[in-house]
Amino acid sequence: MKENHSNDKANKFGMVIDLDKCTGCGACMVACMSENNVPFKKDESKKLDSITWMHLYRLTNKKPFPDTEVCYLPRPCMHCEGAHGHPPCVSVCPATATDYDKKTGIVSQIYTRCFGCRYCMGACPYHARYFNWWDPVWPEGMENYLSPNVSPRMRGVVEKCSLCFHRYQLAMDKAYHEGRKELEEHEYQSSCTQACPAGAITFGDLNNPHHQVHKMVKPSKHGGKPTATNAFRLLERLGTNPKIYYLSSKEWVRRLGDNYLPEEKTGEIGNHQPKGHH
Amino acid sequence: MDSALIPKGVKRCSFPQFSIGILIVGAVLLWGVYAMLLCWFKGLNQTGMNDSYGFALWIWADLAVIALGGGAFFTGLLRYIIGKDELKNIINFAVVIGFICYSSALLILGIDVGQPIRSWFIFWHVNVHSMLAEVAFCLSIYFSVLAIEFVPLILEQKQIDEIPFFHNLAHNMHEIMAVFAATGAFLSCFHQGSLGGVAGVLFGRPFAFREHLLVWPWTFFLFTWSAAAYGPCFTILLTKIMEGITGKKLVKDNVIDLLAKISGWMIASYMVAKLVDTWYWATVTAPSKGLTFMDFYSDGSGLYTIWIIIAELFIGGIVPAIILTNKSWRANKALLLIAIILAAVGVCLNRWVMVLQVMAHPVLPFEGWFAYMPSWQEVATTILPVAYGIILASLAYRYLPVFPQERELNPVED
Repeated sequence: MKENHSNDKANKFGMVIDLDKCTGCGACMVACMSENNVPFKKDESKKLDSITWMHLYRLTNKKPFPDTEVCYLPRPCMHCEGAHGHPPCVSVCPATATDYDKKTGIVSQIYTRCFGCRYCMGACPYHARYFNWWDPVWPEGMENYLSPNVSPRMRGVVEKCSLCFHRYQLAMDKAYHEGRKELEEHEYQSSCTQACPAGAITFGDLNNPHHQVHKMVKPSKHGGKPTATNAFRLLERLGTNPKIYYLSSKEWVRRLGDNYLPEEKTGEIGNHQPKGHH
Repeated sequence: MDSALIPKGVKRCSFPQFSIGILIVGAVLLWGVYAMLLCWFKGLNQTGMNDSYGFALWIWADLAVIALGGGAFFTGLLRYIIGKDELKNIINFAVVIGFICYSSALLILGIDVGQPIRSWFIFWHVNVHSMLAEVAFCLSIYFSVLAIEFVPLILEQKQIDEIPFFHNLAHNMHEIMAVFAATGAFLSCFHQGSLGGVAGVLFGRPFAFREHLLVWPWTFFLFTWSAAAYGPCFTILLTKIMEGITGKKLVKDNVIDLLAKISGWMIASYMVAKLVDTWYWATVTAPSKGLTFMDFYSDGSGLYTIWIIIAELFIGGIVPAIILTNKSWRANKALLLIAIILAAVGVCLNRWVMVLQVMAHPVLPFEGWFAYMPSWQEVATTILPVAYGIILASLAYRYLPVFPQERELNPVED
């Protein structure tokens, strides 16, 4: 937060998730857990303390049969930018254990610095942050299959989606080795993106007009609000300024992306900018 | 057995009787300590919290005891800075209550964090933007101030007071107590306020978020104000409980009346500010986030419905304010007792909704209200400071001259 990066060549990595394509198969969740050494419990029936960096919601239009429609909505960390790099969770952390990287747009989590106050969890309206209520325990032998690039987290700290930041680091290492400072679009892709069999998730640099994500949502220069038809972000009007975008051709799905007063039309929420927070 | 330690000119129950009482409360304390050790050694999986309810009973208890303990700083301000001299007869007890409340809050915070041995990171790796960091700094320093304010009272213990050095030290500390009272009031304004700011800055949580004045949300000022307003009521309430247990009058009515009157006007003015804040939040802030006032009070379980705000603002705010600002009503012992109980409940309810209702209310339109039930370990560790407080207050009352008017009000024939 304190570093003064030049924004000229800053990346803003993010995702576009096409909800019309998502089948709710859960491959993104599995890939994420496997890639990031996400711990699990023996009994996963109590979902409110399960760790799922990528979480799948089941949405319905609440209409009776035969008009019932269902939509699945994958929800990683939104990597909010807030106003000027102040996401809801970053400014509240008392020990600077989470940070907004202006070079990549990624909200990081420093597990060894987090002391588990959980204020960031309370601040996040997306429930994208998870607490390690237990020490991680894997079935015997499975520890041999953990990813060596991601450190497992200990009991008592908060964790969340990192946009597979270790993949960014590996890609950047390779690029530097080859004398480059920029990455090709395909060189840095998150595990959920690659695992999705329906191709519903697109990953890339929202600042780069040549990247698919930019073309798909056409984010506005001020506040990142999507200008493309059918594109939206979750809870747009709160001013969290997320970098995860969604596409849906269904109006009821887009309406469920935010809170609306009864008289308000879907998507017409003005240019509400976050104000009052620092 | 311990008569040599008991202040001159006052009567206390027998040592065995006192010991039995302490042992009973001590058993409750041990139960809390056991639960605390479970949380420390086994982790926060011992609680009923979950990923949607990261802040729960403990944070409420923290906020509540700090608000209730606000009587210490505000009474100190009135006594030493504003010059309400009559309050010297209750300030000792207010300091003892404040010390108990703040040490309890620090203890609960020590249990509440996932990695307690890293708690010092909040000072070492401090994020100056965080309201919680401000809380930690001001709260820790103010607790030190409270400890300093407590010292002269301990030095006035009969045996210690006989040592000239300690006698003079206590006297000199009393002389400069205004400095500590001013420091305490300054620090309290910030930590009480920043505890309000903890909720008010959450712009991702429309139930909690409030507009800002400079860098502080309105909840910052409301929390400071309410702690100053309601804290003295808790001091009076505990004085009345102490009088009930001991069967003695410990503080003269004019002292209680003065504190109750000031508290009443403070609650009344706080209620005006709180109602304006609620009105603005309901009609401007919440609609700008796409939410109506009633969206926040539509909990299907029945807990977070319109009744909770009526209970907080009307029953726990307006009613005690009306009683306490009316001279003849607050002179009525039953009405006074009702008012101070309602006030204590009211401020606790305010802290409850600003912690738990914030967590319970679903922000994503496709989620439902979140439920939470504390585990016995959470309940036990929340009762632990109460037991500790009873023991400390009992020890202080038995061995220290907490109530200067006790001798005059209860003459003992030698």
